[in-house]
Amino acid sequence: MGFRAAVITFPGSNCDRDMAVALEAVSGTPALRIWHGDADLPEGLDLIALPGGFSYGDYLRSGAMAAQSPIMRAVVAAAARGVPVLGVCNGFQVLTEARLLPGALLRNAAQRFICRTVSLTVETTDSLFTSAYRAGETIRIPVAHHDGNYYADAATLDALEGEGRIAFRYAEEVNGSARGIAGVLSANRRILGMMPHPERAIEPAAHPALGGADGRRLFESVLAALASA
Amino acid sequence: MHVRVLVRLKPGVLDPQGRAVHHALEGLGFSGIADVRVGRLIELDLADGTDHATIRQMCEQLLANTVIESYTIEAPAAGGAD
Repeated sequence: MGFRAAVITFPGSNCDRDMAVALEAVSGTPALRIWHGDADLPEGLDLIALPGGFSYGDYLRSGAMAAQSPIMRAVVAAAARGVPVLGVCNGFQVLTEARLLPGALLRNAAQRFICRTVSLTVETTDSLFTSAYRAGETIRIPVAHHDGNYYADAATLDALEGEGRIAFRYAEEVNGSARGIAGVLSANRRILGMMPHPERAIEPAAHPALGGADGRRLFESVLAALASA
Repeated sequence: MHVRVLVRLKPGVLDPQGRAVHHALEGLGFSGIADVRVGRLIELDLADGTDHATIRQMCEQLLANTVIESYTIEAPAAGGAD
């Protein structure tokens, strides 16, 4: 079975290769690489991944320009058909700017760029991205961002909590995110945006400071969901 | 025609940049500063007669993120002031 994943590259993306490497390491199939100027996505995709980085230099707002790029119209259309979409870091910012996910990512509360491995709590296993985790489990995933402070109004936050759409929370204070939110799901649970980088944590590291393997099960969850579909 | 769009963080949305500027001003010895908020000024040179609805659309679709920001449009009277 070939796993058809596409990684979108915007000018300024810098985690696209990491994402492609992670997808291939877990699935055994090379990911398709798509350029932001392309107007169309290949047919029959099993996953679209929006990587981290600083798309378009983060001009105007992080993710704002990328959200308007030609390929994002195709991503929005594919998402509407139910194709799973994963946005990590800048990819999460792009998903909120494209209004595929609610809320916005503000400048970190302490104004500093934060680059370290943090503890997350898995808040729901009811999604094709998180089914291989245990609910309530603490995992360690690296973060590297300046604008990761999740914001949404209280009614939206209440709705996200009520619908079990918070995928991950920070288990420690990181960036000032509302209610500690590190990752959110769309209403149909097929789009996940998260600031931490699971693609940087797919194999046991020689040193504890180097990633770890807790991100691997996110990709394994997607593969398992596909195999059982 | 020349149009200015002022984009501001909505009240209640934390503004770390404003806070940093606030602290820096106090560090310079300025006192009596209650609050500082940092916004963005966007200047547009548009074809004469560009209608207000079009400028509003520019704001809604790109210039402002209305989840966190509000905007005001300053246009010449002929184009319809906001």
